[in-house]
Amino acid sequence: MITPSSLHFERHHAGVPAIDPSSHELLIHGLVEHPLILSMKDLRRLPSISRIHFIECAGNSAREHEGRPGPDPQTSHGLVSCSEWTGVPLAVLLQDVGLKPDARWLVAEGADACHMARSIPLQKALEDVLVAYGQNGEALRPEQGYPLRLVVPGWEGNVNIKWLRRIQVASGPAMTREEAAVYTDLMPDGTARMFSFVMDAKSVITRPAGWQRLDGPGFYEIEGLAWSGRGRISRVEVSVDGGRTWRDAELQEPVVSKAFTPFRCAWTWNGREAELQSRCRDETGYVQPTRDALIAMRGLRSGPDGFDHYNGIKAWRVRSSGEVTHV
Amino acid sequence: MSRWLCGVALTAALAGDGLHFHVGRTPTPDEVRGQDITVFPDGAGLPEGTGTAEQGRALYQLRCASCHGDHGEGRGDYPRLAGGQGTVSRGEPILTVGSYWPYATTVWDYIRRAMPYDNPGSLRSDEVYAITAYVLHLSDIVGSKETLNLRTLPAVRMPNRDGFIPDFRPLPQRRSGQLCPATLGCAHTIPPRN
Repeated sequence: MITPSSLHFERHHAGVPAIDPSSHELLIHGLVEHPLILSMKDLRRLPSISRIHFIECAGNSAREHEGRPGPDPQTSHGLVSCSEWTGVPLAVLLQDVGLKPDARWLVAEGADACHMARSIPLQKALEDVLVAYGQNGEALRPEQGYPLRLVVPGWEGNVNIKWLRRIQVASGPAMTREEAAVYTDLMPDGTARMFSFVMDAKSVITRPAGWQRLDGPGFYEIEGLAWSGRGRISRVEVSVDGGRTWRDAELQEPVVSKAFTPFRCAWTWNGREAELQSRCRDETGYVQPTRDALIAMRGLRSGPDGFDHYNGIKAWRVRSSGEVTHV
Repeated sequence: MSRWLCGVALTAALAGDGLHFHVGRTPTPDEVRGQDITVFPDGAGLPEGTGTAEQGRALYQLRCASCHGDHGEGRGDYPRLAGGQGTVSRGEPILTVGSYWPYATTVWDYIRRAMPYDNPGSLRSDEVYAITAYVLHLSDIVGSKETLNLRTLPAVRMPNRDGFIPDFRPLPQRRSGQLCPATLGCAHTIPPRN
């Protein structure tokens, strides 16, 4: 369920800054009653919480959408990881500074070279966003935003602003480059979805999977990971015949909202060619779609960032030799 | 109605007396000004200053062209900035600042915030206005002598302004007591199309 911190995927648009935590500060201003500057020491004094959440790059598994399926799970689905994050709920900070009546959005900004900035609706900020300084029981790794980052549970990785230095409360979104242009989804008719923040339910079988080889017919445990940006995973089904029949996988307890849910399913391989797939459902009733269903809606035209927010079902082919490849 | 209620409830719940932890310090106005670099689509946050594409041409060649090409055509992984208008709805879309970006203010904000890649934050406001004008001029969106400033820049109409739609995927089911959809927040605050 937890990704070792040193193995957490990393993405940054302008390098990893070296920040001295003793001089790092967070400024909260804009449509607030009392603008505030907090040092790292100040933040460590405030009420804190630890929660387990995945963070997933918007472009994770994009090559599956594009039609260049990843040959192994790391290549196809590697831009997602899950950690226990520790920090101050953003709602606590916003309550402390007091919101003015017109406050509806906030703009979070990093101290990296490009001052990465994203707008987030206030309702989400008050619901479950964390201003995090801890990851898996230790300080954030530099690549994960040391000393301070935003954790926006279930939403595309880019809004989880790293090296957080400033939060500006505003009446509307800033339309930064990332939200006005980059992280938008081009549709077949030429319009583009914007503010498509939520990472929908997704699952992938990690064993048996591409580049692996089965040692002949017999018993194997099929294992994988499922997660949803909308809440808890409620069900994962596994097919060994290319999606014709499905049976329930066991979910690893505890099942945590907006976190990795490992799943397992017993399988006795008869030695003939097989196609393994997993399909998850979350507590809202949303079911992971097929690639065909997604392409029918979204088409195959590359957007400004390629293909973001793809969550189609992933298939692995087990050949009679035991070799496992992508489909 | 529900959105209005949402706003009222947020305000009532959170206006509070503020600062009840008495941790941290109050920034000076200069401290806020020194860090507040966000520019909004209505122009809020833009500083004084002016620039034209004519003034921006030499600056662009000096500070931008090595990555983005002499005419904004892009080089390698560095993105193309100009052209492609009309291709957004066609088979092979060419998505550039000129063809895709909905707001001119975004161009200004991003150049000041993050460009040039080797020395972000090094451009003066006049230079940012001038380079913004030149980049927009490369896509024939502003004239070569047109002056951009804090009033004219937000009024520039980008060709793809109406090309964007809010996320239409189903919203998560809300538990009782939660007042408005989280995914779009208060969607009416997305800047109006004009």
